[in-house]
Amino acid sequence: MKASNSKPLRILGARVIDPASGRDERKGELCIVDGRFAERLSPAQAREAVTVKADGLVVAPGFVDLCCRLGEPGRSARETVRTGTLAAAAGGFTTMVAMPDSLPAADNVGTVQLLREICAREAAVRVLPAGTLTKGHEGEALAPLGSLRKAGVAAVTDTVSGVQNNEIMRRALEYAAMFGLVVLDHCQDSSMTEGAQMHEGAWSLRLGLRGWPRAAEEIVVSSDCALAALTRARIHLQHLSSGGSAEIVRQAKARGLPVTAEVSALHLLLTDASLAGYDTRLKLNPPLREERDRLALIAALVDGTLDAVSSDHSPCTATEKDCEFDQAPFGAASLETAFAAAHEAVVVDGHAPLPVLIKRLTCGPARVLGLEAGTLAAGAAADFTLLDPAAKWKPAAGGLLSKSGNDPLVGRTLHGRVRATYVDGRKVFGD
Amino acid sequence: MASRDTWTKKDLTGIEELSPAEIGAIFRQADKFLPALAPGKGLDLMKGRTVVNLFLEPSTRTRTAFEISAKKLGAEVVSINTTASSLVKGETLRDTAMNICAMGVDAIVMRHSSAGSARYLGGVLDISVVNAGDGAHEHPTQALLDAYTLRRKFGDVKGLKVTILGDILFSRVARSNILCLSKLGAQVTLAGPATLVPASLKEAYPQVRLAHDLRTALTGADAVMLLRIQHERQTTTHFPSLGEYTSQFGLNAERAAWLKPDAIVMHPGPINRGVEVESEVADGPRSVILEQVTNGVAVRMAVLHLCTGALRR
Repeated sequence: MKASNSKPLRILGARVIDPASGRDERKGELCIVDGRFAERLSPAQAREAVTVKADGLVVAPGFVDLCCRLGEPGRSARETVRTGTLAAAAGGFTTMVAMPDSLPAADNVGTVQLLREICAREAAVRVLPAGTLTKGHEGEALAPLGSLRKAGVAAVTDTVSGVQNNEIMRRALEYAAMFGLVVLDHCQDSSMTEGAQMHEGAWSLRLGLRGWPRAAEEIVVSSDCALAALTRARIHLQHLSSGGSAEIVRQAKARGLPVTAEVSALHLLLTDASLAGYDTRLKLNPPLREERDRLALIAALVDGTLDAVSSDHSPCTATEKDCEFDQAPFGAASLETAFAAAHEAVVVDGHAPLPVLIKRLTCGPARVLGLEAGTLAAGAAADFTLLDPAAKWKPAAGGLLSKSGNDPLVGRTLHGRVRATYVDGRKVFGD
Repeated sequence: MASRDTWTKKDLTGIEELSPAEIGAIFRQADKFLPALAPGKGLDLMKGRTVVNLFLEPSTRTRTAFEISAKKLGAEVVSINTTASSLVKGETLRDTAMNICAMGVDAIVMRHSSAGSARYLGGVLDISVVNAGDGAHEHPTQALLDAYTLRRKFGDVKGLKVTILGDILFSRVARSNILCLSKLGAQVTLAGPATLVPASLKEAYPQVRLAHDLRTALTGADAVMLLRIQHERQTTTHFPSLGEYTSQFGLNAERAAWLKPDAIVMHPGPINRGVEVESEVADGPRSVILEQVTNGVAVRMAVLHLCTGALRR
């Protein structure tokens, strides 16, 4: 990001929520000088400062997303860095960890450098590339993790391929830890999910779709915890979907294991019952599960078992999703509606106050990867977002900034909206 | 015709979407068509209309039954037999169907390996879509002809005890029958090995009874519906062998005696003699397997007539 030479900025009248410091002021003031937060403005700065009146809004640190896909390289029909990061900004996100399952995969320095070059030119928010854990995310031979680290990857993961072999996972954890790389794991025992289309339960039986049992995730969550105990290496479990998985993580954390975990916003809001009409936009990996899973995930998010809410933004073209359910690709576009989805599920429904959710969107994920993000602290880069928790809105087809149209919340009335987003004190989204 | 008053749907994609009154309308229409099944008694209600059988999964019986049903109504029939994967390379189902539509067709009867595909196609097309089996989801005309057969045998489906035996997990016939029989007031028991009749079926269909023991499943039943057992790729981990299945769940004369004295034995075909049913039962006095086939033509005529008729009005 370029250093900002713009005028000092003052946000007035908003509720200031900064979970990293515990700050929560009803009508606070937020000052920005040279792209960084400042305690206060000097008289000279105050005279030339631009003032933004934000009465009735909430100002929070820019959200940190541990799991998204931005299309490039190789999938630009679905999304580009430009459209994806504009969508991120519209969703309040200012730091994005881009999954490495691009074409080609980010299993080599060249691809990571290419993505970084595209981002330097095109990105509206910060993009941190993730590298693969194994070559071609095929789960067999380790990717050159040290070189990837030097090239600037923020973490390593085989994403939805997962690593199916525990011996390889063990060595990968040990090797990645040497470079301080956190391993992100998508937990799926693929021997139990061949042909699986949705959560295995009453709805998969009614719809005649091959089921994906909770155990396929919980088995890998368990083995990852066991490997964390063996290696003491940092492992982060991506987008958990089952209440049982959350319970395993809770116990692992109680044992002091270096395990963290996240949940996607859609899994906080929706269940497998929403697939009754075979809506391919709701075909997700991991699948949407039952109400009791949803409530258990919310409880785990509130009590800190789950550290972060991710978007798990997985853009697909309209053509890719316009087909028979079992032939449609997995994934939903979600950057622009993730906050509203999580806000409705957690805050509007009364499970926790807003600062708890903001924590899981900001310093929670930042701490997972040790990022200097997700805070309003003086001296930190001025990445922040203005939220309107009371706003009701209905995203329209074609009304979103993401290049792909597979956001399943299009047409639904949502509660809570992002009004503006700033990176380094510069507005990247908003009027 | 009177039964048309309760029928407004252009598509038949599943039993789930039907009300008991709509099922009744199909039965009354089938009653009217049954005499037309005699040789030389065809009708001309669909004269000048074209029905395309789009069969993207192998089928002989259902496709033939639909062809004959349409022809008995005077319609022209074109059958396309292929597999979804060998459709013109890269062409989507939407494009295939739109092309067929563009040729001036009145109805598409589709069999497809993907659950939900008939409902998808019905939403895409303006013409009638009739589901001839979509993956493991539904096979509504099979369930309708089964219930119609029960109705003809017993006068009313309400209050009957019906056991569906075999591979429930992967069966669209079972799903449609559970829904249809429940809507008509029958008591349904699902029976077979625990791997093919999982306990979670009770969550999906709270009204059914589950049995993993054949004697329990058959005792006191008015009818047993046998499902074809296949020991192919999808079921290799679900039971050890065909022989083991037969020893536990195969229907022979001795076991059929556990049924009520006037109970009937049904099978959607094609039957595996010596696997799920012995010939002594398949060809015995309780068997209504061939009547099901005949009734299937009348029921499919009724469905084609009502769906295309709804579109014309």
